[in-house]
Amino acid sequence: MSASVLYDAPGPKARTRNRIYGALSVLGILGLLAFIIHRLDETGQFQSGLWTAYEYTDTQHRILDGLLTTLKTFAIAGALSLAMGALLAAGRLSEHRAVRWTATVVVEFFRAMPLLIMIFLLSAAVFTTEPMWALVFGLVLYNGSVQAEIFRSGINAVPRGQSEAAYALGLRKTQVMSGILVPQAVRSMLPSIISQLVVTLKDTSLGFIILYEELLFVGKAFAQQLTPVNGVYAFIPMVIVFGSIYILLCLALSGLATWVERRTQRSRKGAPPPLAATGAAVMADPGHSAPGTGPGGSGADPS
Amino acid sequence: MNVLSDNFAEFREGFLKTVELTAYSGVLALLLGTLIAAFRVSPVPALRAFGTAWVTLLRNTPLVLLFLTVTLGLPALGLKGWDDFWLAVLALGSYTSAFICEAVRSGINTVPVGQAEAARSIGMTFGQTLGQVVLPQAVRTAIPPIGSLMIALAKNTAIASGFNVGELASVQKGLNSDQGYNIYVIFLWIALCYLIITFAISGLFRLLESRLAVVR
Amino acid sequence: MKLRKTAAVGAVVLALSVTATACGKSGSPDEDKDKPKNGSSAPAAPAYKVNTAADVKGSPVFDRIKGKTITIGTKADQPGLGFENPSTKKRTGFDVEIARMIAADLGFDEDHIKWKTVVSAARETQIEAGGVDLYVGTYTINDERKKQVGFAGPYYIAGQDLLVKQDSSIKGPEDLKGKKVCSATGSTPLKRIKEPKYGVAEAKAQDVYQLCVQQLVNGQVDAVTTDDAILKGYAAQNKGKLKVVGKPFSTEPYGVGLKKDDKALREAVNKAIEAHEKNGDWKKAYDATLGLSGAAAPNPPAVDRY
Repeated sequence: MSASVLYDAPGPKARTRNRIYGALSVLGILGLLAFIIHRLDETGQFQSGLWTAYEYTDTQHRILDGLLTTLKTFAIAGALSLAMGALLAAGRLSEHRAVRWTATVVVEFFRAMPLLIMIFLLSAAVFTTEPMWALVFGLVLYNGSVQAEIFRSGINAVPRGQSEAAYALGLRKTQVMSGILVPQAVRSMLPSIISQLVVTLKDTSLGFIILYEELLFVGKAFAQQLTPVNGVYAFIPMVIVFGSIYILLCLALSGLATWVERRTQRSRKGAPPPLAATGAAVMADPGHSAPGTGPGGSGADPS
Repeated sequence: MNVLSDNFAEFREGFLKTVELTAYSGVLALLLGTLIAAFRVSPVPALRAFGTAWVTLLRNTPLVLLFLTVTLGLPALGLKGWDDFWLAVLALGSYTSAFICEAVRSGINTVPVGQAEAARSIGMTFGQTLGQVVLPQAVRTAIPPIGSLMIALAKNTAIASGFNVGELASVQKGLNSDQGYNIYVIFLWIALCYLIITFAISGLFRLLESRLAVVR
Repeated sequence: MKLRKTAAVGAVVLALSVTATACGKSGSPDEDKDKPKNGSSAPAAPAYKVNTAADVKGSPVFDRIKGKTITIGTKADQPGLGFENPSTKKRTGFDVEIARMIAADLGFDEDHIKWKTVVSAARETQIEAGGVDLYVGTYTINDERKKQVGFAGPYYIAGQDLLVKQDSSIKGPEDLKGKKVCSATGSTPLKRIKEPKYGVAEAKAQDVYQLCVQQLVNGQVDAVTTDDAILKGYAAQNKGKLKVVGKPFSTEPYGVGLKKDDKALREAVNKAIEAHEKNGDWKKAYDATLGLSGAAAPNPPAVDRY
């Protein structure tokens, strides 16, 4: 913290002041939490009848089923979206104008369409009887387009000297791409790629709209179909239980992103990484931006 | 049987509602995101922790779940009079604010160290350094990512259709049940509406970018 | 209250930990509640005799599923009508019983029925695409829909009604002026209640009725409106708090949805409905499901062969 250039190292007075601010904000937050818990209790959200369902094995198996369905969908959609991203990125970097234009139109269109509407259309018109594929293809079309932009800006961010040197050695375009540019681009864009995968994981929750039995669908089923206790339906318990599961899942994946980011930074020898700027301190390189906020503005899209 | 001319009023209303929803939640997200970004670089550890917790929680929750939390949680907390539109603004705004915060924070990271050092050496406090020297410069580099976040926000408003907000996506829900319209045609019109909105936003931000660009 | 809080915190911890380890009380929470509380006096749904020799000549759908399984679409979140226990996935309700009767007459026992939850907005597309062979789920017969799908039945006549708090001053649709009403997004009851003659202050649209009912209990809306059959289930769930007004202001004949051109199957389903109405199964099924709300069984409607 003393490394921050935004403020001086606090002296004794400032430290006391900071502590007072700190204590006040902690009190404020605790007060708010206490108020929330108190109100939830008063409105009967903690009545044991609303929670007992989660003690039973049948319930737990259904949650587990939902979780596995979510993970399965995520695995398929994640892998396919990476493949589609690679394909579209290659298309956008192609030398043939027709290919480049087609890829650009595809990317721009699917990035501009709300995923919810895509999924709804796919399930109503194409995959009427297979909600899983409606969800998977919706996710792939959208996230594949975003991944394509991430790949592309990663490849564009590799210093030009690299490809020039490779061409000077007599390598062909495919060789330059696959041997020189892509490995460096993937490495520098890995954090963005993984945070887009987190988005993919979160978006599998849209499957409940087309009645695909993933995790949130199971959650909503519990909230709606457990017998209400004293006029209170089990919505809040559901939000608490299933929210925690989702947050843990995504945190695990984000944790992976941070770990990968650190590793790729450490393994770099020589020149500083072009896209690394982390920590609270103001960094000195004006030309470089943090992961996910590349110059093209094509970082991970929250959706 | 033309879907658009038959139901023009619904389409217009849905389009305007989506624009409104995007605008209000965008403003909320910008204000909140900048504030949280300031928290995250502030000298008070508790505020930094709060900022980190805010970003971590909101970035890792599916938006639908956040919508459920807001629309069901706030009435349970006693705030019953809130209109569903404003609940949706709150959910969308807080969700996007976590991403805006990160964009602003990495914008702060691109401001040359000398700027902040110079500000401090002439005796500016943290608030002054951040508010008058660093943030104005950070915002410029953060504009492109904020632009794409705003586009994402515009698309995310579609989720509000499930929570009693009559925006574009809900127009489709009202139409495709049993009136026999061609679903592709409905989809096409709605897609066009969203394209108009998202291209308008990206145009606006491109304009902002060129207006505010500075030569370093 | 303190004790309740401690219990609640314990429950959260327990819920999370047992979810992780997947062990806990075996069985499901609502199993006891599924059975009527007052023992033997409460009616049980009848068992239907499976007609193993069933054949429907000239029905492409039946030819495809004969000897295999029949896929029946229904609702999952309407207690007393089409309901699925979230833990055991067991289906109950009047619509479900009607579906079981028809399936039995077509030669399918419970093990050869594949249930599929289909929401209102997806009914026509599911029937047309063959996602379901039959659809039994508060499906009102009307001319618009007849253009897209075929209807057997009706097997029940419902009507749009109001669900209100026990002490509410609303006695019928004429008392709705300036009130807030809630119904399902894109549904016919929602469109009807928006008509100017009712003069409601706000017609809220929610994706599911439970959210409407919850808002009614919370006092955020003054009434929930949809078919009385659906409302009865929620009234039964919230006995003593909510009641159905009992002045239906529309006629909703519920039919069984099937493929538009499969006239042979439609006739077979019609015959099945008539047979079970005659032999008393219909009334028994009603008493075991919707009847639990306290409303006596009406006379079964005559099948309409249009």
